[in-house]
Amino acid sequence: MESYVNAFIIGGLICVIGQLLMDGTKLTPSHVLVLFVTSGVILTALGLYEPLVKFGGSGATIPLPGFGYALAKGAFKGVKESGLIGAFTGGVQATSGGITAAIAFGYLMAIIFSPKTKP
Amino acid sequence: MPKKNQSTQNKKYQEYVEKTSPKPTYMKNCTWAFFVGGLICTFGQFVHNQIESRMNLTHLEATNITTLIMVFLGALLTGLGLYDLIGKRAGAGSIVPITGFANSIVSPAMEFKREGFIFGVAARMFSLAGPVLVYGITSSVIVGLIYYVIGR
Repeated sequence: MESYVNAFIIGGLICVIGQLLMDGTKLTPSHVLVLFVTSGVILTALGLYEPLVKFGGSGATIPLPGFGYALAKGAFKGVKESGLIGAFTGGVQATSGGITAAIAFGYLMAIIFSPKTKP
Repeated sequence: MPKKNQSTQNKKYQEYVEKTSPKPTYMKNCTWAFFVGGLICTFGQFVHNQIESRMNLTHLEATNITTLIMVFLGALLTGLGLYDLIGKRAGAGSIVPITGFANSIVSPAMEFKREGFIFGVAARMFSLAGPVLVYGITSSVIVGLIYYVIGR
């Protein structure tokens, strides 16, 4: 039960930060997403995102900084296991499932469905 | 001094605009973002816990499969036109989770279907997801290289 509460709080708070950036500055949603992924990578590299994942679980891995977290962690693992080349292969290797799912499912859904007329 | 006069007038007008333009959106938007974003993550945690306990997988594998399922659901709900209904109110609460990433792929792809399957669907899929991948992957390579040089 505790894991659900933690996921709710951490996930909610990350989204609030995004909302504040969108409302308070001139950043568009695209800017916020790019900023979040990059921050996820940097925070992970500095060792600051890992505690958040430990505490919040899916609350930290489902939002986009979590994508950056997986990328950076993969790059580290790659370097540890196979040296220099790992910096290039590790990140995408760790996130290949998500990226491929996004492309394959995204394409499939776009083919099957048509946009609804906006009310 | 007409110029100074004008600037004070501008300032007054700015103050007037700030005073009269609606303010409560901050609180309302953030509340929506918090609850919808929180709920999506809680659902993700539920999926994660189910997978981990039932399929006897490691934590990391369960995380990967959860991401897969969330991406699928985000894409499906966008196709059905339901995700944009949530997004109208939720703002960042629906954009920031990985389901929003799927939404950002399906939405323009559907919209530009009439431009063909190559330049319409396939190219437009990445109008927003592309930058995310470019910056995410590039920064992960940089971080990996730094780690290679100083970290090991």
